[in-house]
Amino acid sequence: MKLLVPVKRVLDYNVKPRVKADGTGVDLANVKMSMNPFDEIAVEEAIRLKEKGAATEIVVVSVGPAKAQETLRTALAMGADRAILVQTDDEVEPLGVAKILKAIADEEQPGLVILGKQAIDDDSNQTGQMLAALTGWGQGTFASKVEIDGDTATVTREVDGGAETVALTLPAIVTTDLRLNEPRYASLPNIMKAKSKPLANKTPGDLGVDVTPRLKTLKVVEPSKRQAGVKVADVDELVGKLKTLGVVA
Amino acid sequence: MTALVLVEHDGGALKDATLPAVTAATKLGGDVHLLVAGEGVGAVAEAAAKIAGVAKVLVADGAPYVHQLPEAVAPLVVGLMGDFDAFVAPATSRGKNVAPRVAALLDVMQLSEILSVEGPDSFTRPIYAGNAIATVQSTDAKKVITVRGTAFEKAATEGGSAEIAAVAAGEEAATARFVSAEVSKSERPELTGAKIVVSGGRALQNGENFSSLIEPLADKLGAAVGASRAAVDAGYVPNDYQVGQTGKIVAPEVYIAIGISGAIQHLAGMKDSKVIVAINKDEDAPIFQVADVGLVGDLFKVVPELTEKL
Repeated sequence: MKLLVPVKRVLDYNVKPRVKADGTGVDLANVKMSMNPFDEIAVEEAIRLKEKGAATEIVVVSVGPAKAQETLRTALAMGADRAILVQTDDEVEPLGVAKILKAIADEEQPGLVILGKQAIDDDSNQTGQMLAALTGWGQGTFASKVEIDGDTATVTREVDGGAETVALTLPAIVTTDLRLNEPRYASLPNIMKAKSKPLANKTPGDLGVDVTPRLKTLKVVEPSKRQAGVKVADVDELVGKLKTLGVVA
Repeated sequence: MTALVLVEHDGGALKDATLPAVTAATKLGGDVHLLVAGEGVGAVAEAAAKIAGVAKVLVADGAPYVHQLPEAVAPLVVGLMGDFDAFVAPATSRGKNVAPRVAALLDVMQLSEILSVEGPDSFTRPIYAGNAIATVQSTDAKKVITVRGTAFEKAATEGGSAEIAAVAAGEEAATARFVSAEVSKSERPELTGAKIVVSGGRALQNGENFSSLIEPLADKLGAAVGASRAAVDAGYVPNDYQVGQTGKIVAPEVYIAIGISGAIQHLAGMKDSKVIVAINKDEDAPIFQVADVGLVGDLFKVVPELTEKL
């Protein structure tokens, strides 16, 4: 079975985002970019399934600018077999990405697509579900455990108030939650090896997908700042403060 | 703009998460209808009909919806959307699971976790873990929206008298099957709806300390218990306690962060709390930059003393 793993290049999760003064967006010039953390977990899960013999090939795909190649190389260094870059300098919304992934899935015929549950830049949490809708496949979102048995994927999902387990008929879509696994680091020899693994270039046009945005960003602002607080010296003072604030009688 | 709101319920009772979504839908300016999908959900429908501002409650009662799998619920919603201009769901794990599936089937972009309705087609939403707020305008004919519960008032659960109408059930999902559910038991208020939240972090060191320090304080205050990701990953508490970008988003009256450093992913889940209280022994911890009241001290001494003196 072939696994398809979409990955996204995003602002590194440790970097504090700065809103541009003109309100057009977040400043991404000269800041560290990395693979979306949830996508690292997706790549890791794919590799583990391959190591267990449940999968034969891992294809990673990214939609974005030429620099998204770096993200794909990272996935290849972790253990993916080959990569596809769908290159575009335009920002592509989850619906557009889902359509691109549908076209790739039609070509590649994967048994399972593993995505991150959300990208930490737009925080949409949509692409996996949208791809499931477009392919008509079952979806196991926010997965904390994935088991493959024959033509069924059993997925334990993190839900409000606990966990839920669903059985999906393959092919299917899984989106990863943080708890699914701990992604490995790519070793230096593997980083070197990844440079010679195949990376195909495509465009949304090649795939016949129209990625015209449906949402227009009118402005981006910083959230309102909190008023500076006070420090109290001891518990008595803290209790006093809580009383003034009406927390306790 | 007529809106269809997905009712959040557990089969037996309507969940509070529905109420802010109703308020958001009301702000779209047209009639608000509710959809209850499930099996044996008469009581939920009755409760839904009493919510203020609701014109009609549609009930899809049948075996295909017993576990509300998105593979069955999304086609049901899409089938109803001929009569509606907007589909609104609470941004709960269930809402987030089904709404994008609906959006893609309608070929529209979803607006995730809106914070406000600025006009019939423009909304604000948080991006970058709440470090920026974007105002976005949808050019799609139909809107699919998920609503951040803490950003809207709850609609009143009394005062409405909506008509209840049955809609025909569709087919069972062929691609997905429910296997089991594991529910975390808690006697305390639900995290996302609580007025006071007491949260613990890695500094608690183990689960026993969590139960012996954080829980008594929470019980004294009638508060819900939350946790940072570090505390969850270390196994001190179950996953659904997690507050943050990847866990629950809360905005209580008072949030008490104990032994939590205040990483941006955690702040994303609680920085809209009205009052933030931080107890941490590291006076440079980032949590103090957002805390209204801070106490630098050893939580193992401070917390028992606080619990006793309250």
